[in-house]
Amino acid sequence: MAHKPDRPLSPHLQVWKWGPHMLVSILHRMTGVGMAIVAAGLFVWWLLALASGPEAYEAFRDLLTVESGAVNIVGAVLIAGLAWAFFTHFFNGIRHLVLDTGAGYELKINKGFALVVVIGAIVAALALSLWLLWEPIMGLVGGAG
Amino acid sequence: MRAGTELGRVRGLGSARAGTHHWWLQRLTAAGNVLLVVWFVASLLRLPSYDYEVVTGWLSSPLVAVAMLLLTVNVFWHLRLGLQIVIEDYVHNEASKIGLLVLLNFYAIGGAAIAVFSILKIAFSGAAS
Repeated sequence: MAHKPDRPLSPHLQVWKWGPHMLVSILHRMTGVGMAIVAAGLFVWWLLALASGPEAYEAFRDLLTVESGAVNIVGAVLIAGLAWAFFTHFFNGIRHLVLDTGAGYELKINKGFALVVVIGAIVAALALSLWLLWEPIMGLVGGAG
Repeated sequence: MRAGTELGRVRGLGSARAGTHHWWLQRLTAAGNVLLVVWFVASLLRLPSYDYEVVTGWLSSPLVAVAMLLLTVNVFWHLRLGLQIVIEDYVHNEASKIGLLVLLNFYAIGGAAIAVFSILKIAFSGAAS
């Protein structure tokens, strides 16, 4: 900021001991901004390619898949990353809707709820990614055998 | 402890003249997203393949096309409201802030327009299937 006010300023981020509630707060913003750019961008690109005809759609698919039609490394990273971002933002969004009712502000409940969001999103994203990417992963792992 | 005039408090619009409008729309679109995005992801995963004919055939079914239009408007509205808050919280230089807010509006409205037109074009030009 350009000006330095004489009034006392609120203690800033670095003086607080980190907790799950702070983690979900910043993760909510990061995953929101990330999906607004990456997921929404891909969504528009995908629809535009479909509307532009089969060749454009194939060009879009080629970015994310190998010759056989299985996802490539870019597709795999996008699936895993977007799954994690989606579940984090989704679970924490539900947490926010609950907090909006005035519930869940007790210290222990608030901390537990935030932890459930962080861990639940990782578990859900891992489960969905493994399910979707099982064959490509097995191909990599068992590539030699 | 009361701020402003009695009339101002009755109107409840605050200094920005918008009251809880932004807050409420953020929640409304969040609730819409819960339904629409879950439907969208589940539907995508249930498609038998991602060939051009299959995907355009799916998109040209009336209910799917309408749900996709609602999804597009809802998602882009939600991200526009959300990123506005992020920009306002972290960008303190007035010129950069206004510049980014203008870009955000162009991005959200432009992106939604491309998506809406694409959905309509696929839906109206008929399924190949």
